[in-house]
Amino acid sequence: MSFFQDPVGAISALISNFLYTLLPQAWTALIMTLLGVVAVSSFGLIIVIFLIWVERKIAARFQDRLGPNRAGPYGLLQTFADMVKLVTKEDVIPAKADRLAFNIAPILSVVAVLLIWAVVPFAPGWIGTDLNVGVLYIAAVGSFGILSVLMAGWSSNNKYALLGAFRAVAQLISYEVPMLITLMVPVLLARGMGMVDMVKDQTVWFIVLAPVSGIIFLVSSIAEIGRTPFDLLEAESEIVAGYHTEYTGMKFGMFFAAEFLHAFTVGVLFAIFFLGGWRGPGAEATPLLGVIYLMLKGFFGYFIVMWVRSTLPRIRIDHMLALNWKFLTPLSLALLILTAIVEKVFEGNAWRVPALLIGNALILIVSYYFTRAISRRVTKERVTFKKRPVAKPA
Amino acid sequence: MIPLSWYLYLSAGLFGIGLYGVLARKNAIAILMGVELMLNAVNINIVAFWRYLTPQNMSGQAFAVMVFAVAAAEVAVGLALVISIYRRRKTVDANEINLMKW
Amino acid sequence: MTAEQGVFLFIGFVTLFSAYTMVTRSNLVHAALFLIVALFGVAVIFVLLDAGFLAVVQVLVYIGAIAILMIFAVMLTQDNASRDQESMNINYGWAVLLSALFAFALIVMLGQWQDIGAMAPTLDAGRDTVVELGSALVSPDGYVIPFEVASVLLLAALIGALVVARPQKKGK
Repeated sequence: MSFFQDPVGAISALISNFLYTLLPQAWTALIMTLLGVVAVSSFGLIIVIFLIWVERKIAARFQDRLGPNRAGPYGLLQTFADMVKLVTKEDVIPAKADRLAFNIAPILSVVAVLLIWAVVPFAPGWIGTDLNVGVLYIAAVGSFGILSVLMAGWSSNNKYALLGAFRAVAQLISYEVPMLITLMVPVLLARGMGMVDMVKDQTVWFIVLAPVSGIIFLVSSIAEIGRTPFDLLEAESEIVAGYHTEYTGMKFGMFFAAEFLHAFTVGVLFAIFFLGGWRGPGAEATPLLGVIYLMLKGFFGYFIVMWVRSTLPRIRIDHMLALNWKFLTPLSLALLILTAIVEKVFEGNAWRVPALLIGNALILIVSYYFTRAISRRVTKERVTFKKRPVAKPA
Repeated sequence: MIPLSWYLYLSAGLFGIGLYGVLARKNAIAILMGVELMLNAVNINIVAFWRYLTPQNMSGQAFAVMVFAVAAAEVAVGLALVISIYRRRKTVDANEINLMKW
Repeated sequence: MTAEQGVFLFIGFVTLFSAYTMVTRSNLVHAALFLIVALFGVAVIFVLLDAGFLAVVQVLVYIGAIAILMIFAVMLTQDNASRDQESMNINYGWAVLLSALFAFALIVMLGQWQDIGAMAPTLDAGRDTVVELGSALVSPDGYVIPFEVASVLLLAALIGALVVARPQKKGK
């Protein structure tokens, strides 16, 4: 029973006791850290296989069809077939491509997503590393993904790829701003930036305390991962395939895997920041239950991402940037100010929760009427036109 | 452990390389990259002195944050200027941007 | 040679090597990529100095914003004519001399300071430097005035960069 209470602790104690007999202490610590790194990254990479299957099945069901059901029972082996196909394809490098950047870009794309998994708290006591600036760390490693897009677009020596890369980077760095500002709201509510404290302080789930911030975080994260409706990054009908036009074979496979893993990571982060993380009945006693709760909540977030993807059409680049800078950023700033004021005024008071809810609802209503008024004014300006000469038959 | 001198020598070396980049490069953007290296060397210096001499007083880290802000502001304006000059004169070679010399 | 010293030597070598490669590349996009490696090395050094918040801010600000801005500027101002040109100007010899002399003079001057070999004092364990940094930056007898001045500076830089880089109106 004690093995199931804490399997990670038991296994790591076994291995480190074995290593102590062979090596001095500092080297043992180093090897244990490296083994932890391997474990977390393997988890991230192996779950991609499952994620791709889930995505294809659910997207198919939204479109009233079955999805892959030939390769293995219920199509479970479809991802393996895809990976085998991608591995056996020829690896084409364009003639004047910049080799260094061309080869590094897919690797950097996968690395940027895997680095986020180092600070995900799976269960009480199970975390890759408990940084006390975990939230900021997540934002910082997101910037490696942006770099990989830029390098991929530039090094392909292809106008469409470069154009796609510029648009992609504009979108990615624009949507970082509301994402970071709405991430500050759980930081305020939890009084700290560490991921472990973030989940520990969620006796009331933060989605109840800051619902609009949660929705804005989800929207800007969907824009950060480049999914519909924000998938200009790979709009097949517009710019061939965007920044990964010239990538074939396993390099494209790495971009592919990184995109799906990033979508799932966004679901898991939404679960950690707003849905209570590993919290659930009985999670403190048995850490395995905590992992299961986190994965369930993460898959729920991933389901929302897939749902939005299957339902909404793509939006234009200028609409997208206008949405970000003119709507999401002021709204998230207003929410941050509201949360800070309410947290200070109602500190320790039981009226904190209703006050936050009322504040959020007020801001939502005000912003709804404001945007409605502005859009009516814009439509009126466009609708009035000058009188045109009427065509008369000669 | 690590004596303070190692950090100071590292930042001196980095500063020297940044200085070489500023003095010896033709492209204006490469000169700005050298300036970034020098600012980073200064930051290492500030934080090393904070850690080794006065770790209880947070002024070292506060000044490092100020250096971050100033560096970001300077790069933004500098690159805007470089792009604007490129639009007019179609070059970013520092030798050819010499309208004010006689 | 403890593990910490080994890590510092490795990171110091990587930082200096990539900085040197950066200032000698003629292909500016490669130079920007090596700059990113150097900046990441500096972030690791901040971690070694127990300034974790600064390390993360270094990655976020320098690599996530400044380096990307530089790569954009390089891509926007590069044309095929200038791609294979010389990277150094005619003052190259004097520049080597001057910068080597400067670095050497700095090292000699620092070596004569008697506290140079000081070891790091141990920090007490329960201390949260992030909370202290935050309160130092906004407390009235802390650094709130430089903080506010820095934010005004960033606002001025934002407006200035927008005005300078705006495309000129047609018909000028």
